[in-house]
Amino acid sequence: MTATLPTYDVDTVRADFPILSRQVNGHPLVYLDSAATSQKPRQVLDALRAHYEGCNANVSRSVHTLGTEATEAFEGARAKVAAFIGAARPEEVVFTKNSTEAINLVAHAFSERAIDPRFRLGPGDEIVISEMEHHSNILPWQLLCERTGATLRWFGLTDDGRLDESNLDELVNERTRLVSLVHVSNILGTANDVGPIVARARQVGALVMLDGSQSVPHLPVDVAALGVDFLAFTGHKMCGPTGIGGLWGRYELLQAMPPFLGGGSMIETVTMQRSTYAQPPMKFEAGTPPIAEAVGLGAAVDYLSGIGMDAIHRHEKELAGYALDALASVPDLRVIGPRTAEGRGGTISFALGDIHPHDVGQILDTEGVQVRVGHHCARPVCVRFGVPATTRASFYLYTTTDEVDALVRGLEKVRKVFG
Amino acid sequence: MTKVDDLYQEIILDHYKHPHGRGLREPYLAEAHHVNPTCGDEVTLRVNLADDTITDVSYEGMGCSISQASASVLHEIMVGLPVIEALARHDAFATLMAGRGEVEPDEEVLGDAVAFAGVARYPARVKCALLSWMAFKDALARAAEESIVEGSAS
Ligand SMILES: Cc1ncc(COP(=O)(O)O)c(C=O)c1O
Repeated sequence: MTATLPTYDVDTVRADFPILSRQVNGHPLVYLDSAATSQKPRQVLDALRAHYEGCNANVSRSVHTLGTEATEAFEGARAKVAAFIGAARPEEVVFTKNSTEAINLVAHAFSERAIDPRFRLGPGDEIVISEMEHHSNILPWQLLCERTGATLRWFGLTDDGRLDESNLDELVNERTRLVSLVHVSNILGTANDVGPIVARARQVGALVMLDGSQSVPHLPVDVAALGVDFLAFTGHKMCGPTGIGGLWGRYELLQAMPPFLGGGSMIETVTMQRSTYAQPPMKFEAGTPPIAEAVGLGAAVDYLSGIGMDAIHRHEKELAGYALDALASVPDLRVIGPRTAEGRGGTISFALGDIHPHDVGQILDTEGVQVRVGHHCARPVCVRFGVPATTRASFYLYTTTDEVDALVRGLEKVRKVFG
Repeated sequence: MTKVDDLYQEIILDHYKHPHGRGLREPYLAEAHHVNPTCGDEVTLRVNLADDTITDVSYEGMGCSISQASASVLHEIMVGLPVIEALARHDAFATLMAGRGEVEPDEEVLGDAVAFAGVARYPARVKCALLSWMAFKDALARAAEESIVEGSAS
């Protein structure tokens, strides 16, 4: 068993999360579903309340004091988020409602009539994704290919749940307009090394988008170091509220893209004949944005930074190692995804004999253990590994080795009922 | 009884471990394929009729113990019943499942399906219990169309 680093005090972290002290079915809550959504620390809840109680007003449209304060809080949150992911400037961060919307926003920039050639897409052009994508990074591209006649292609997976890059040079070629890839898989836990893919995309002039839904909350992410063009992330998985997420894009690309949704706040001037658009990020933020949610996300970023993304990443890596060892002791358990703590996050999917994940999850719930069961919006992964669904335990900064032990005990009980 | 025993009644586990009537068979009048999109569970179900009586319900699928056991129970209840009676029992089961644990099941009508009363208290699992029953209703409707067409042709 690995000792927790002295610098990381998980009990202090847990004390910030009110929900973690509740009981579920007569047992202490063991929340192992942070990949679906994270719990929220008091600091974020307080920020939401303080915003509504102290300076609630609409943003960017008033001269009054409350409006000014609300706008400052909203734009301040943008600056915090930008710094958190290493963006060159706050204006490179577009607030969306979640990752899904961020990915759809980029997909809608592509068309056969796009003014900028980098976003022109038609028959013969290719978009590349992978077999380990969340449905949110599959459907927008399938729909785009249907609209334009372009072809969707994808990286396959190796048997241990890693990206199969053996055909990289063939897959990413002169016809490729965009590669959109998950950074850390929400079902396999795999962390993808994007370096070689970015390098190849640069050779052929393709853009690169990363789905950072499961990386931005868990490890230090620096868009400049990654060298990508777009990054999608979602606030509710990183201690923030639901209803807020973001798209980071290189400013010059955001300028070259057409607007997404039309409405208030995204315009420069409007006539009945035609309109001109505001500069990014406003160009992509039609209508009243999720203001308090953005402020909450800013507080979440402050909270995570205060603990340190390096420390959080180390904590989760230790937990992953501990859990992989512990799960290896459960008879008939098959981990679906990488079996070592290297190159993976703290999300572990598994099959337990031929007991259906619904049944596994139901019995675990009676012990207070909350895991997700199903295809995790990544059905192609289940098909690839020949299972209808998986059971998934996912960790975060507040997860303890005791909770992993509770999971393992719960699995013994499952085996008793269905054995 | 602990909560989990309430859900996983012995009868349910028995049907799950030793399913009745499993496997797709010929002859059949109609077939339906249903999927639970949230978990990927699937069932393919066939019905055969003779003189408005159900002569076979055969099925194949993958899913959790609840969905597998409910298909087995469905087979046991429905085979040999007149269509009208089958529909009435289907209604009784659907009502039980929608009842959030407040509906008292009638064992005369539902047989082993009364064991699913506990499932109604778990909204996330109701769909599992209903998967094959919904496929059955679909297949029955198609079979009725088939037999009308056949009837009018002869
Ligand atoms: C890898 C990945 N991509 C995209 C999403 C979609 O996130 P959201 O539902 O917040 O848009 C998720 C979360 O479910 C995810 O895990």
